[in-house]
Amino acid sequence: MKLLTHNMLTSKCIRGVSVGYPLIINATEVKVNQTLFNSEFVSKLIPKVDWPVLYNAAESIGHSEDLPKEAPNDFEQNEEFLKKAHRALVEIEVISGNLVCPESGRKFPISNGIPNMLLNEDEF
Amino acid sequence: MSRPEHIAPPEIFYNEDEAKKYTQNSRIMEIQEQMSERAIELLLLPEGAPSLVLDIGCGSGISGSILEENGHYWVGMDISSAMLDVAVEREVEGDLLLTDMGQGCPFRAGAFDGAISISALQWLCNADKSHHRPVQRLYKFFSTLFACLSRSARAVLQFYPENGAQMELVTSQAMKAGFFGGVVVDYPNSTKAKKFYLVLMTGGSVALPKGLGTEGASDGVDYARRDRAKNLRKPLKSVRSWIQEKKERRRRQMKKVRPDSKYTGRKRCGRF
Repeated sequence: MKLLTHNMLTSKCIRGVSVGYPLIINATEVKVNQTLFNSEFVSKLIPKVDWPVLYNAAESIGHSEDLPKEAPNDFEQNEEFLKKAHRALVEIEVISGNLVCPESGRKFPISNGIPNMLLNEDEF
Repeated sequence: MSRPEHIAPPEIFYNEDEAKKYTQNSRIMEIQEQMSERAIELLLLPEGAPSLVLDIGCGSGISGSILEENGHYWVGMDISSAMLDVAVEREVEGDLLLTDMGQGCPFRAGAFDGAISISALQWLCNADKSHHRPVQRLYKFFSTLFACLSRSARAVLQFYPENGAQMELVTSQAMKAGFFGGVVVDYPNSTKAKKFYLVLMTGGSVALPKGLGTEGASDGVDYARRDRAKNLRKPLKSVRSWIQEKKERRRRQMKKVRPDSKYTGRKRCGRF
């Protein structure tokens, strides 16, 4: 699971959970994959991404490195920042571990890089 | 034709053996690719700009690969872990989630620029477990999908409706969730090439695109006044006009037809 997906993912499908965001990551294995940098795509994503959530997620799995705590206003021209954002959003991948719902504490296991978001019949 | 959704629930039907077909059977892959391309075409994403697309029922990631070719990024969800394992093996670029579409799309509001789904929606019309209510599951799916799309985004869902009632059920639940749009039918004159695309729009009602292979087809049945005297003189089926009409019909059904030439409908010479 990439951090971009984590930034979009909620657990509000569980009955009784109203926000379910952000999910807490308990990672046991993290991999960094080099991928092609596309500045246009990353700058299009920045307004959509919840930056503090991304920063905290990266920090919680020990990959915050030199990621700024806040996104600069001139991010479209800031190539250096976009590269860091690209790395955090699509290159860092959680291979195994757990996602935890912040409200109900329900755990969603991640295996082989795929989070299992299936709910039992009494949960939704 | 047997329908897989009558055999077993999707997470059981798409096991390792079935998943293997989606990497080895070139016919299945070709059809999936064609449908994905058409779905992306109907999605009307801004040209040249990369978008973030949700792929519902992504399976082994065939449709995702087509999205990648078009320069888009995608997140896929599927209920079959065997199919997702195949996608991981194929090293697709998109991110994968194991979810049940009937339990809703677990995403933040306005997360995606568009959504596609290839041959997945018909599974929702079945009650595979005792607690499944198809109508509720469809509504939950469409309402959460509506929420996670950005405004002006579209969702294109190719599916195989079993009958008219099922098509009606799916469309009515989508409208109830707030979508505009309807079903686009490609090649309506052919049994095999006929494909249904549910085109859903979030921002205002726009005219639906025309299905492929519908040019020149009228709403009613074409009829011609009978010319009795002519019919008596010449056998009906070897007339050039009849042959051309038949060829045109076969072309509409996506069948292989020889091109027209000056020899079309002519008699062979006597020596043959």
